[in-house]
Amino acid sequence: MSPIIALFKRDLILAYHNRAELMQPMMFFMLVISLFPLAVGPNAATLKIIGPGVIWVAAILSSLLGLERLFRDDFQDGSLEQMILSTTPLPAIALVKVATHWLTSILPLICLSPLLAVFLHLNEAMYWALLVTLLLGTPLLSLIGAIAVALTVGLNRGGVLLALLLVPIFIPLLIFATSAVDAAAMELPYTAQLAFIAAMLLFAFALAPFAIAYALKVSQN
Amino acid sequence: MLSSRGFSIDRLRVILGVLSAHNLSLVKNDRLLFDKVNFSLDAHGLLYVKGPNGAGKTSLLRALIGLHEIEQGEVHFLQANVLDCKTLFHQNLVYFGHKLGLNLRLSATENLDFWCKQQEQICSIDTIYSVLTQLNLVGLEDIPVAHLSAGQQRRVALARFWLKESACLWVLDEPFTALDSNGIDLLTEKILSFLSSGGAVVMTSHQELLFNYPKQELVLEYRI
Amino acid sequence: MWKWLHPYAKPERSYQLCQTLLPWFAVLGGLSLFVGTMWGLAFAPADYQQGDAFRIIYIHVPSAILSKSLYCTMAIAAFVGLVWQVKTAFMAMVAVAPVGAMVTFVSLITGAAWGKPMWGTWWEWDARMTSQLILLFLFVGVMSLYKSFEDAQQGGKAAGVMAMVGIINLPIIHYSVEWWNSLHQGATILKMGKPSMAPDMLWPLLLCIVSWVLVSSAIFLLRLQNEIVRREIKRPWVVELALQNSKQQAPNNMSTDRG
Repeated sequence: MSPIIALFKRDLILAYHNRAELMQPMMFFMLVISLFPLAVGPNAATLKIIGPGVIWVAAILSSLLGLERLFRDDFQDGSLEQMILSTTPLPAIALVKVATHWLTSILPLICLSPLLAVFLHLNEAMYWALLVTLLLGTPLLSLIGAIAVALTVGLNRGGVLLALLLVPIFIPLLIFATSAVDAAAMELPYTAQLAFIAAMLLFAFALAPFAIAYALKVSQN
Repeated sequence: MLSSRGFSIDRLRVILGVLSAHNLSLVKNDRLLFDKVNFSLDAHGLLYVKGPNGAGKTSLLRALIGLHEIEQGEVHFLQANVLDCKTLFHQNLVYFGHKLGLNLRLSATENLDFWCKQQEQICSIDTIYSVLTQLNLVGLEDIPVAHLSAGQQRRVALARFWLKESACLWVLDEPFTALDSNGIDLLTEKILSFLSSGGAVVMTSHQELLFNYPKQELVLEYRI
Repeated sequence: MWKWLHPYAKPERSYQLCQTLLPWFAVLGGLSLFVGTMWGLAFAPADYQQGDAFRIIYIHVPSAILSKSLYCTMAIAAFVGLVWQVKTAFMAMVAVAPVGAMVTFVSLITGAAWGKPMWGTWWEWDARMTSQLILLFLFVGVMSLYKSFEDAQQGGKAAGVMAMVGIINLPIIHYSVEWWNSLHQGATILKMGKPSMAPDMLWPLLLCIVSWVLVSSAIFLLRLQNEIVRREIKRPWVVELALQNSKQQAPNNMSTDRG
């Protein structure tokens, strides 16, 4: 267990060193969302309708921005080589890295979400639905995203390619998450949508670490 | 598993030999780097890989330790395919490549401490300090590695050879680059003492070897 | 049981197989495409509701059916490549991707063209159109990932992983989009029922579907040959092949020179 904990600690320390860089996706998230009232107009009813979709689209885009960093430094300075050559299985290493990434760069986004709910005039029921979908859905974003990041880490030009690869994959998540919030707005039950997201999350949790590990090995060639 | 039958790695490596390659072929960018390379390296053995730029020295080293995909052939560690004894292989290996594997934002001690934990080596902070002292890095232990010079950074990375005493195979890719004469002396001495204690070393270099030791040479040619 | 398949893991054997199969697929495909399309567009009776506009079905339906099958083909090739480490499988995957993307694109264009007279709009967020659009994105993603790599072998593997992720997602995307569509759909769309087709309309459609399968297989075989030669260009067998081809062409050139 000790190598895993050591990796977890190291990544947290590094996240602390990089805190300025971590702030950037958060600021991007805020900015994108505050653009919508400016573009669509401040009408509360309209904002309430588009709100959940806007927040989720912004969350997907800013998580893509943050994901790029996931393996980049470790790949470039060779730490990843040494990790592959350690006795810890690579899928476990990948999972720990994704987890620390989620904790340090996605969780702050979720913490910001009450503020954004106020911006977009979401009511309380909608906000709780949004919060639950974000908590269940963003780990899925990170897990699936990490596969593509691991594949493109050696290319030095992740950005647009990463979005091209990942956005189509994230569409079901977007559909289920926003429809859960819509259902909450109409005071309907939304456990079905949550169950779908949770099922996808569990599936990704089981398979993604192996795909990430394989992708990291391919990138080493 | 092996050691539970009463064999220690120390005995096994003498009986079985440490590392061997069988008909190894490597392809990079659809170019055949080399074809059917064979060697076997015993305890106390030094394999010296020579060849011009682009001949595939680095790729060969990376293929031996599983970082580069093998087109054909097998690599054996203690007569077992490395794919079947990955953990054992990694427990007994130290690799020093072009990329140093040091995070520039962390200090030398933080980097090495993390590396030891990754390799499941029990090293106290004091050990790390004393090794860094041996490598003439006094006073530089706790500043971010980014602030060190290229040669100093390489010394920090080289400290791994001092920290993982249990290893029986060292793989070094151009270890003498960017080191001053004192650094070269330190490393040479360390390699020689490792070899005499029964370790096996695979290394590449552009230059002729600077020390006398009975070595196996593997010459790679540049192929189009 | 699968022993007979093993030799085809060698690019050289696969190339020869393509060479043998290609004329059959090309001739049969071209012929049936011509007959089927002419039959469908010119001779089949017009629909009593949609008039002649329905005839686009003879292009739209084959392309729509084929698009998802080609994605599956690509994913199966990727799976074979990743699991059994077969180099040729990655080449097949790379060869099939642009064919699939093109077919998906055709199905989108014809779908839009059909939507104009039927729904009065070029684009409607209909469930099938939307999932076709996402399918196109998935194809483009796999292709551009492959193209981004210098090392084709590495690129093939990376694109293979992405194709696998895509194929796992494809059913989820399909059903989620359908469900989303039933939630949001306005009343403007005329939902076409499933009238059983008259045989004189159905036969040309079936012929068109078969011809599309044959033609895209022929294009795939040609692309696979190209990919194999491009990747193996430094191997002796390719050099030999090139020499043979040039020998065959040399007498022809001579005679034209004299002429």
